[in-house]
Amino acid sequence: MTVFLLRRLIQAAAVVLAMSLLVFLGVYAIGDPVEILISPEADQIERERAIQALGLDLPLWQQYLVFLGNALRGDLGRSFVFNEPALQLILQRMPATLELAVGATVAALIIGLPLGLYAGLRPNSTLSKGIMAGSILGFSLPTFWVGLMLIMVFAVQLGWLPSTGRGETVEVLGMRWSFLTANGLAHMVMPAINLSLFKISLVIRLTRAGVRETMLMDYVKFARAKGLSPTRITMVHVFKNILIPVVTVVGLEFGGTIAFSVVTESVFAWPGMGKLIIDSINVLDRPVMVAYLMIIVLMFITINLIVDITYSLLDPRVRLEGKA
Amino acid sequence: MTPPTLQVRNLRTHFFTRAGVVKAVDDVSFTVDRGKVLGLVGESGSGKSVTGFSILGLVDPPGRIAGGQILFKGQDLAGLSEEAMRQLRGNRIAMIFQDPMMTLNPVLRIDTQMIETVLAHEKVSREEARQRARDALGQVGIPSPEERLRAYPHQFSGGMRQRVAIAIALLHKPDLIVADEPTTALDVTIQGQILAEAQKLCADFGTALIWITHDLSVVAGLADDIAVMYAGKVVEQGPVTQVLDQPLHPYTVGLIGSVPSRNKRGEPLRQIPGMTPSLLNLPAGCAFRARCPRAEARCAEPPPMAEYRPGRHARCIHPYEEAVAA
Repeated sequence: MTVFLLRRLIQAAAVVLAMSLLVFLGVYAIGDPVEILISPEADQIERERAIQALGLDLPLWQQYLVFLGNALRGDLGRSFVFNEPALQLILQRMPATLELAVGATVAALIIGLPLGLYAGLRPNSTLSKGIMAGSILGFSLPTFWVGLMLIMVFAVQLGWLPSTGRGETVEVLGMRWSFLTANGLAHMVMPAINLSLFKISLVIRLTRAGVRETMLMDYVKFARAKGLSPTRITMVHVFKNILIPVVTVVGLEFGGTIAFSVVTESVFAWPGMGKLIIDSINVLDRPVMVAYLMIIVLMFITINLIVDITYSLLDPRVRLEGKA
Repeated sequence: MTPPTLQVRNLRTHFFTRAGVVKAVDDVSFTVDRGKVLGLVGESGSGKSVTGFSILGLVDPPGRIAGGQILFKGQDLAGLSEEAMRQLRGNRIAMIFQDPMMTLNPVLRIDTQMIETVLAHEKVSREEARQRARDALGQVGIPSPEERLRAYPHQFSGGMRQRVAIAIALLHKPDLIVADEPTTALDVTIQGQILAEAQKLCADFGTALIWITHDLSVVAGLADDIAVMYAGKVVEQGPVTQVLDQPLHPYTVGLIGSVPSRNKRGEPLRQIPGMTPSLLNLPAGCAFRARCPRAEARCAEPPPMAEYRPGRHARCIHPYEEAVAA
């Protein structure tokens, strides 16, 4: 286990380094922030001073090395726009995105697993066919459109749920959370459902496929031959086996949910990281963009690690060893 | 007179597929009594496994029992409800499967899989169930059963896993065990050990055993009676030594002739020409006709099951009356 973790750490460092280079080059290629940040009326001397202050006068490789040196000390640069450390800006907004993503994932599991289980056990029933058709809708309807529809129906027409913002928050562990207040929770419902729609469909399809496959296995027939009740066979023998692929995919999807909650956050004006990055791209706020992408990379690496460990807990045949 | 442990009468198990009705088991009858071993022999697809699953009520759709009786100690299983059947399965009637690598759930520990079997049929404490599981493992010759209980299936070899499966089958000391080619996937040495184990079982507990196999040499040493299946029908049955020494049906003769060890060195190995017919469109009359060296025009009529000698039945109109040197 220790060897495994050590290897993963070294791998992670290499990935982060490679990504930092790619991100830096990519962001550099998007455009020149000077054009946007400095007013067109400024004269040449003002321009020069501003460029120097932002460190944009150095050659690219030097800019990269400076960035790398600072990053090692935990400094990912200051936002051009907010004039605050980029890292701090992002971390402030992270709880909002995290609770949204976690909410969406939990919703996906709570809704997706039972529906998928049912569809897998009774593949020919009308309800199962309805569930499967619904999951196709979940895959193919664009997130922003569903978000707008949700707002129209539940916020505008029925007036049941608030449509924008996080509502009341409580500070726990130095971060502000919405899900701990009734008002905040009400604000979270629609964005979380919106974000989880794709994942619900994914979980339904994975679960159904897993159940269909597992039911044909000899060990299920043997379990029946042992005289176990159908409930026990489904909930223990089948369920534990299908959890393996579901955990893998949902776990990996979690990183994606955080990274791409951009659309949902924009639609519901949810003040999370996704909204921040969109705003930053609009004004070419390089440090924020770079810092955001680096944090996402770190997050993906961490999530993959957690998935691997969970996987080994679920599947006794997988043992985490130093061997690749 | 107590009824025999198992009496199968005119069992028909058919699969109703889109391509037509597959008569996987078509008019099969046999009897197994306390402490006796019946060898159910045949090629792949002859319906022997489906017969086994029919007895346990584990035929999956589109298949179902289309007719006949399965009398277990006088009670007809074919008419039982699913819940009544579940209470018998693993309790009074147990089954052992062919591939020990596949029969144990890979993500559950051995103790979980054994204890749940005990608890499915008896109200005992977990601790007691655990003790029963440990004793059963010891009984089938698994060393240090206490430790092995905590292991996962992948930590066992194939032979050991089959022993675990047998131990699970033994937990409730069933009256009948259906063993579906339980030694096919194993080494010869392990096979020998498992066979000895099975024999001891029947003798000790009076368990009736149906041993499904395509290996005649296994049946020769183990079974009391033998039923040879071909294309869903029993074509010959009787006491094992008599059937193997003096087979009546040409198919049995061919099957015995196909055993390589009976061949003289240097001679080409004998074989039955052709292959088993598709169960979807069986030829009228005797299904073995197309491969039979003695086939004639009369074989186009379905041959009845007839008793040619006391206790010796065959489904053939011109059986080998005298001993053939197979």
